[in-house]
Amino acid sequence: MAAVMRLVNRSTLKPKMGHQCLAFSCSAAVAKAVGGSASKNLPERVKIVEVGPRDGLQNEKTIVPAETKIHLIDMLSDSGLPVIEATSFVSPKWVPQMADQVEVMKGISRKPGVSYPVLTPNLKGFQAAVKAGATEVAIFGAASELFSKKNINCSVDESLQRFEEVMKAAKEANVPVRGYVSCVLGCPYEGKVAPGKVAHVAKRLYSMGCYEISLGDTIGVGTPGGMTEMLEAVSREVPVSALAVHCHDTYGQALANILIALQMGISVVDSSVAGLGGCPYAQGASGNVATEDVVYMMHGLGIHTGVDLSKLMDAGAFICRSLNRKTNSKVAQATCKL
Amino acid sequence: MGNIPTTVKHCLSYEQLIRDYPWLKRLLLEEKSIAAHEYPEFVKVVEVGPRDGLQNEKEIVPTGVKIQLIDMLSGTGLPVIEATSFVSSKWVPQMADHTDVLKGIQRAPHVQYPVLTPNMHGFQDAVAAGATEVAVFGSASETFSRKNINCSIEESMLRFEEVISAAKEHQIPVRGYVSCALGCPHEGYIEPSKVAEVAKRLYEMGCYEVSLGDTIGVGTPGSMAKMLRSVMEDVPSSALAVHCHDTYGQALANILIALQMGVCVVDSAVAGLGGCPYAQGSSGNVSTEDVLYMLHGMGIETGVDLAKVIEVGDFICNALCRKTNSRVAQARGRTSGHALL
Repeated sequence: MAAVMRLVNRSTLKPKMGHQCLAFSCSAAVAKAVGGSASKNLPERVKIVEVGPRDGLQNEKTIVPAETKIHLIDMLSDSGLPVIEATSFVSPKWVPQMADQVEVMKGISRKPGVSYPVLTPNLKGFQAAVKAGATEVAIFGAASELFSKKNINCSVDESLQRFEEVMKAAKEANVPVRGYVSCVLGCPYEGKVAPGKVAHVAKRLYSMGCYEISLGDTIGVGTPGGMTEMLEAVSREVPVSALAVHCHDTYGQALANILIALQMGISVVDSSVAGLGGCPYAQGASGNVATEDVVYMMHGLGIHTGVDLSKLMDAGAFICRSLNRKTNSKVAQATCKL
Repeated sequence: MGNIPTTVKHCLSYEQLIRDYPWLKRLLLEEKSIAAHEYPEFVKVVEVGPRDGLQNEKEIVPTGVKIQLIDMLSGTGLPVIEATSFVSSKWVPQMADHTDVLKGIQRAPHVQYPVLTPNMHGFQDAVAAGATEVAVFGSASETFSRKNINCSIEESMLRFEEVISAAKEHQIPVRGYVSCALGCPHEGYIEPSKVAEVAKRLYEMGCYEVSLGDTIGVGTPGSMAKMLRSVMEDVPSSALAVHCHDTYGQALANILIALQMGVCVVDSAVAGLGGCPYAQGSSGNVSTEDVLYMLHGMGIETGVDLAKVIEVGDFICNALCRKTNSRVAQARGRTSGHALL
C-alpha cells in the first residue's frame, strides 16, 4: 500500500483538494504515471523565494546604500513575488553589507500577502530583528562540519543548539522560522557531502519547528544525479511539501537541478534577481540562479508563480545599474537586445 | 494500512484498486523503474563549435586557428566535430576557407568530421575536399527558411533530396537539422506537428540522424517535451539529437528532459561559441563544458575529457579575445577547483 501512496503522493493531489475529487484524481494520477509522460507530474504552482536583497547583495563587493536596498525590495514586492528575504541580522563586523539591517527593515513598504524573512544567526540577532519589526526569520545550518566551523565558527551540533534558543523565542513570539541547509551537494572544503548528513540536519531543523527547509547547493557543483540522490534521502525524513531548493549556477547546472527537484515534488524555489551574488569560493564565477531565468522556465512549463516577469526584469535592471554591473540573467540579456 | 489518511481509506481500498485496475499489481512491482528517471548510459556529444560556433562570431578567424581548434578538439575524445560549411563565401564569409580547413585538419581515427552542404554545388566541393560525412539544414518555419536560405521549406527539401541521393552513391552518411524547432524569430510559436513533418521528411529521405534545433533558445522543458513527443511518433528516438541554444538559460534543462525522453545525442559548442544573431550580445550555443559537466555528474558516459575541452575553450577564447560563455570554465578558471571533480 505504501507503494500506491507514493504514486498517489507524487500526483497533483494536494491536501486542500476536497476528498470527493480524490477517487477520480487518484486514478488519473496513477494513469499519468503509467503513461510515462515526460512532464512527470510537475507542481501546478511554485513559490519563488527571492533572496537577492540578502543572499545576493551579501556577495556583492560594492556596498549598496540603504535606500537603494529599500527601493529594490519595493520593486520586487511590486512584481508579485510572495517571499522576499529582506536583510540579515548578523554582526556588521562579519557582513558589512548588512549593517543597515534595521533601517532597511523599517524603510520597506510591506505589501500585504508578501513575507519578508530576515536571517537571525543567534538569539541576539533574533531579538534585534523582532524589535525592527521582523515577522519571519531564517536560520542557517550546514551539512558539512568544516564549512560550519569556517563559516560560523562552530560545529554543526553547536549551531543547532544556538538555533534551539532562537526557535524557542520565535515560538513564544509567534514568528515562523525557515531553516537553510548549506553545502547539500558539495562543500568547498570537504568535497562530497553524504546525502544522509544533509537529511540529518534537515530533519533536526524541521523537528525543531522550522516550517520549511531550504536545501542549498552553496557552491553550485551539484548535477541532476546528485540532486536526485540527496532529495531522496531528505524526503524520507522531511515531507516534500516542506522542502525548497536553493541552487547556485556556478557551473551552469541550476535550472536542470531545479527541474529535477520539481519532478520530485518540490514546489518552492529560491533565486536571486539578476543572479545577484557571486560565489565567494570561485572568484568571478556566478552564484545564485537568476530569478528571471527561473520564472521564464516555470511559465514555459505552465507553472503558476504569480510573478510578473517584466516587472521583475525592471527590478533587475535597476539593481544592476546601481551596482554598475551586468546582469547574470540570460533572459534579461536576451530580452533587452531584441 | 495504518498510515493511510482517513480520506483515502474512505474513498478506496487497496483491494478495490487492484480489482478495478488489475494491471496495478504489476505496476507496483515495477514502480521503482517508473519513479526513477531512466537515462541513457552513453550520450554522443556532437561538437559544433568550429562551424555553428565560429559562424556566429564577428571576427573572421584565420584558417590556421580553425585547424588548430579542430585538432585540439580531436584530442579530447569528442566523437563528432562539425568542421566547416560548404556554403557560398558571399553568404558566410567566416566559412570561406572551408576547403583549406578540411584539407588541413589531422583526422583522428574514430572521429567524424561532418560538413554542411546546402546544395549539390556545396556537396561536390565537399567531396572534392575529402568530406566523409555531410549535413543538410531544414527549417520548421517557412519565413525562417525564406530569410535564411532564400527558398521555401519544400524547395529546400527538393535540394536536399539531390544531395542525399548523391551522398548515397558516394556512401557518405547525411545528418539532417531542423531549425526553429521550439520557436522562430519571425513567426514566433512553431507547431510541434510542423517540426515532426520536416524531421520525418529528412529521416525518410535518408538522413541517419535528425538534430532538432532550438535556434533562438526560447524553448523550455515544457515545449521541448511537447515537440519531442510529436516528432517521436514518426522518427525513433535513437535517430534524434537536440541542439539547444542557451539564449534564455534553458539549454541544460531542455537537454535533461530530452534525455529523460530517450534522446542520446546532444549538440554543443566549446566555450559556448557563437552568439545569437537575433538577440544582439546574447549567448547562443550551449557550452560543451557545461553539458559534459552535467552528463558526467549524472554518471552518463561520453568518452570526452572535460579538462581537455576546457583547455580548448581557453585557446579559442584567447584567439578570439573574448570571454568564455561556459560557466564551468569560468568557475574552474578562477579557483583551485572544488574538490569534487
